[in-house]
Formats: sequence, structure tokens, C-alpha cells
Amino acid sequence: MADRPITIREALSAALREEMQRDERVFIMGEEVGVWGGTYAVTRGFLDEFGAKRVRDTPIAEMVIAGSAVGAAMAGLRPVAELMTINFAFLALDAIVNHMAKVRYMFNGQFTVPMVIRTTTGGGKQLGATHSHAPEVLFAHFPGMYVAVPGTAYDAKGMLKASIRDDNPVLFVEHSTMLQRRSPVPDDPDFVLPIGKSDIKREGDDVTIVTFGKGLEWSMAAAEQLEKDGIEAEIVDLRWLRPLDLEPVFESFKKTNRCVVVEESLPMFSVGAEVAAQLQNEMFDYMDAPVKRVAAMDNPLPYSREIELMALPDAQKIVAAVKEVV
Amino acid sequence: MATPKKDTLLDWYRQMVLIRRFEERCAELYQQGLIGGFLHLYIGQEATGVGAVAALRENDHVITAYRDHGIALARGLDPKAVMAEMLGKRTGVSGGKGGSMHLADRERHFWGGYGIVGGHLPLAAGIALAAQYEEKDEVVLALMGDGATNIGYFHESLNLSAVWKLPVVWLIENNQYGMGTSVERASGAKELVRRALAYSSEDGSGMKMGPRIDGMDVLAVHDAVSEAIEHARKHGPILIESLTYRLEGHSMGDPQRYRTKEEVESFVESGPIGRFRQVLIDKYKGVESTLDKIDEEALQAVEDAVEFAQNSEDPTYEDLISHVYVD
Ligand SMILES: Cc1ncc(C[n+]2csc(CCOP(=O)(O)OP(=O)(O)O)c2C)c(N)n1
Ligand SMILES: [Mg+2]
Repeated sequence: MADRPITIREALSAALREEMQRDERVFIMGEEVGVWGGTYAVTRGFLDEFGAKRVRDTPIAEMVIAGSAVGAAMAGLRPVAELMTINFAFLALDAIVNHMAKVRYMFNGQFTVPMVIRTTTGGGKQLGATHSHAPEVLFAHFPGMYVAVPGTAYDAKGMLKASIRDDNPVLFVEHSTMLQRRSPVPDDPDFVLPIGKSDIKREGDDVTIVTFGKGLEWSMAAAEQLEKDGIEAEIVDLRWLRPLDLEPVFESFKKTNRCVVVEESLPMFSVGAEVAAQLQNEMFDYMDAPVKRVAAMDNPLPYSREIELMALPDAQKIVAAVKEVV
Repeated sequence: MATPKKDTLLDWYRQMVLIRRFEERCAELYQQGLIGGFLHLYIGQEATGVGAVAALRENDHVITAYRDHGIALARGLDPKAVMAEMLGKRTGVSGGKGGSMHLADRERHFWGGYGIVGGHLPLAAGIALAAQYEEKDEVVLALMGDGATNIGYFHESLNLSAVWKLPVVWLIENNQYGMGTSVERASGAKELVRRALAYSSEDGSGMKMGPRIDGMDVLAVHDAVSEAIEHARKHGPILIESLTYRLEGHSMGDPQRYRTKEEVESFVESGPIGRFRQVLIDKYKGVESTLDKIDEEALQAVEDAVEFAQNSEDPTYEDLISHVYVD
């Protein structure tokens, strides 16, 4: 079957629809997933197609959305719960961290928690400090769950299907400003990507850019500019923050000896910090320059357009960071 | 409600005594440093746990908070494996990884004790959702403390269960305190069961407000919970409240500055086990010798459990790292 260019939104829809068609135990629940059709229109038409039993609108109650999905998963269903945005996932932090990620371990493997929490992340939309977080790295701190951060339609579809089919709990983080991005995606209903595999999105010999999610878009734009200056960047898209697959980063680094980590999250205790630490442990002998980090400013995000953009990463900031190390 | 048969009543008595002896022994083992962490005893609340769990069918479900030993034993978990968990042994019900607060047995549909106050309430809703979704005729009994009714999880879970008509019996074990804070000092509603009204309508839809039960009377608890379970099976969620009392501290080493000795003493006299023993003696002529035998057997069962636990192996490095994920 041929690949067809579709948007990330369409890719997510297709993944959900295919998995719901494949397995009766898969159902979706969350605020506005049904009648409204999904705040980001990912589940438009689902209520008609699958009915109210499998497309469940919930009250505005993040703790019980996440927590009841945990219980339903323990009892044998395969819930895909939606938290409208990751900003609201803070209210569900206990259900996610203490229960979704821990009940299997704490009860010595008696329970399995095959569930997915889908949510959207990211700033840049003039929504002010409470609605502009990109804190997915927080959740990657905890063993017992996975964190998916796709940056293309192809990855979004293959990774969401993998997440739904896997028996471990997954926090699946979609970027709210990237839903219209288009790329070729297989129609094959059994197209599934492996969990915990990074992907080289661009090859180059001069510098390794490690990124994910929105950072992928900024990094690709930066790489085009750098190319004009004769600098070839290799871009490693992590795709998953847990399991974190740094092998391709190490391999790339052996060749480039330089690394810039790009993410939208806050800079302290970040993915950049983790990658830099692991690189200096594993790749010390290959290091020709300090690992650079491009992240959001260590500051809340404001409303006003210009100063909001000032606080976020962009291609220019990545170009500048790369030029410091090559 | 038909009065249970003599054998059944004697079995409840056996369970209550077993729990009491088990808890007393746990306290000793804690003092000796053989049990670590937090230890919350069920002493005083036996009638609630035993009466409520006895009302469940085998394929129904039960889930509770960290004060979970009594529920585990009432649900038929092997005292040996429960004691082994206390001692952190790999033969424990949770392989030594859960501890006193986190007992569970999937086979017996005992979904666990949970250390985060209220954290298990949405799980109960989800387990009930799974039963409803798969059209199984199963009910979830979710026990919680009075203190748990003040946490957001309580509101969100009860409301969702009302909206979705989930087959859940929400049972508040009102032992009058959440740690050192009495119900009066923590809750706008003194009769906690009235909170059900917040999730129900005048036409009777939504959450049913069930009774406040004398939680020191195992027969009363059993009757009320049986009715509640039938309601949940047919119509959806119901909230009931069992008035009980914890005769020991909140956990080990609680100086109990929040209540008087006299108050505690007044509940010792009306304790659930002595009361039930008297009921049985009044009802069945010459039953004393049988009860005495049950008492002895309970003591022996606990000693056997301790011996089993002490002779069990400690968990290994393999246990430390297993079951983080499904392999
Ligand atoms: C979310 C949360 N907050 C605080 C605690 C600490 N804590 C443990 S038990 C407890 C009291 C709970 O009282 P109640 O629900 O009445 O149960 P009881 O101990 O009386 O059985 C508190 C505050 C906790 N475990 N979880
Ligand atoms: Mg209490």
C-alpha cells in the first residue's frame, strides 16, 4: 500500500480508529472527545462510528479520568484517555505517577496497565503561563511508564498504534501547534513503529542535533540555514523520552564530536541535561566541544506575542548554538 | 434479610478474631523491628471489614486504602503470605515489594490497599467501568476512611460513578479520625453519607444515599452492605457509612494527643468482637467451647504465619528489578 501525505491530526485519528476497529477493548474517554469531536478534532466522527460506550465524554475531572483509566486497564480494558492539554495533567499527576506507573511493580506483577493517556503540549499560542507548558520531560522521570513525543505524522501514527497495542502505560504527547503538519504515512492497518527507538531525521557530519517534538521542526529549519554556511547537521529525533534511546546519538557523536540538544521544555533538569550527562560519561574521548543546550528561557511564558517568542527556542537560536561548537 | 446460618456466623467470628490476633502480633513484630515502614492496624474495625467483605460474591471486587490487613484476611488471603509481606519476604502477597499498605491478590479480586489517601477511588470506578463495559454482573466494593472523603479524588470518583451508573458500593469506614483530625474538624458534613446528595437528583437518579451503619455490629454491616450491593448491581452507585472506631493509634508510634484515654476505653467495652461473641452465646446454647476453640486456632494460625514468614527468603536483586514493565 502506498504512503499518503496526511496531517498529524489525521494520522492520530487513523491510528485511533484502526485500533478501535481491531480491538473491542480499546475505547476513548476524556473531556469533549465525543459530542464535540475532540478539542483538537482528532476524534471527530468517532461517537457516530463507535457509539457512546466506546467514546466516553467525561466531566472536567482529570484525577478520575487518569485514575479510572488505570482501574479499567487493570481490569482488562485498553483505555485511551485524553487529557485536553498537558497543563491539566498536573492535576492528574498522582494518578499517573503513583498509580498508572506503579501498580504493576508495587503488587509484584499481579496487574498490567495497558493504557494510553493522550495529551497536547507546547507554548507559542499566546495562552499565558498556565496554558503554555511543555513539561513532558517531567513524566519521563518515572520508571513504569513510557513517554512518546512524536514530531511527524508518520511517527504519530506508528507510535500511537504501538502505544495502544503495548501492555505498558504510555503518556502520548502531541504538539498542539503541529497537528496540521503533513508527511507521507502508510495506510496499512498493521503499520506499527517500535517503542523506544530514536530516528535519524537528517544526516550530516559536522554536528549532532538531538531533539524531539516541536524541536524537530526548529532543528530542520536550522539545518537548512546551516547548510548554506557549509555546516551539515545530523538530526536525531528521540521520539520517546522513555525508553530513551541514545545509541543513535552516540553513533552520530563518534562522527561529529559535537552536540546541541534542542527542546521546548524549560532548561533546568531537562532532556538537554540528561543527554549532556550521558554523552560525557559514554563519549568523553570523542568530545571536541561542550554540549550545548537550546531550550525555553528559564522563565514563565507571557501572553504578548513578541516576548513569548523571545522566550521560546527557534531556528536562529539553534544556528547560533551550533556555530559556537563547530 | 435472611439470618445467616450458624456456620457462617462462626466463620465471621473466626475472621474477626484472626484479624485481631494478626494485628496484635504485627504490633509486636513492629516493636521488634521486624516490620518496617508505616503500620496501620485494623483493631476495632473488624466488624466493618468482615461484614462488608462477606456480602460480596466471589467474582465481585474489593479495593481499599492502606489500612488493609483486615480486608485482605476477610477476603481469604492466606495469613502466611500476608505476614510474609509484612516482613518483606518474597513469599509475601506482593513479593515483599508492597509492604503493609500495599497488599493485593488479583485471583481473589482484591485489587489492593493503597497508600495515597483517595488514590484508589478512581481505580475503583475504572474497575467498575470494566465490569459494566464487558457486561459482567459484578460489583466493586470500595472502602475508604472518613478522611478520604475530603480529597478531590472522592468528589471526582463519586460524581463519575453517578454519571456513568457504575456498579460501585462506596463504603466510608468512619473511625472518627483521619490521623489526629476528627471528622468535626475536617468535614463540612458531619454525617458523611450525606455527601451522596451532591451526586444525586430528586427523582432518585445518580448516587444513592445509603444508611449510616453501626459499624461495630457485624450483622448490621453485613445486612446493609448486602442491600447496597444489590442496589449497585441493579441501579448503580451507592454511598454508605460505617460508624466504627480505631482502638489503636493511627499508625505505630502515634502519641494520640488528639483523644482521651476515656474516649478510647468507652469503645473498648463496646468492641466488635466481644459484642459478637455475646450475640453468639445468647443465640446458640453451649457455643462457648466452640468459640474458645476458634480463639485458640486463630492464635495458632498467626503463629504459623509468623513462622512461615520468618523462614521465608528475602527478595533478591532480580525481584528488585522485576515487574517495572511488562517484558
Ligand atoms: C494524599 C495523601 N495525603 C496525606 C497522606 C498522609 N495520611 C496518611 S493516612 C492519613 C489519614 C487518613 O484518614 P482516613 O481516611 O480517615 O483513614 P484512617 O487512617 O482513619 O483509616 C493521612 C493524612 C496520604 N497518605 N495521602
Ligand atoms: Mg479515619
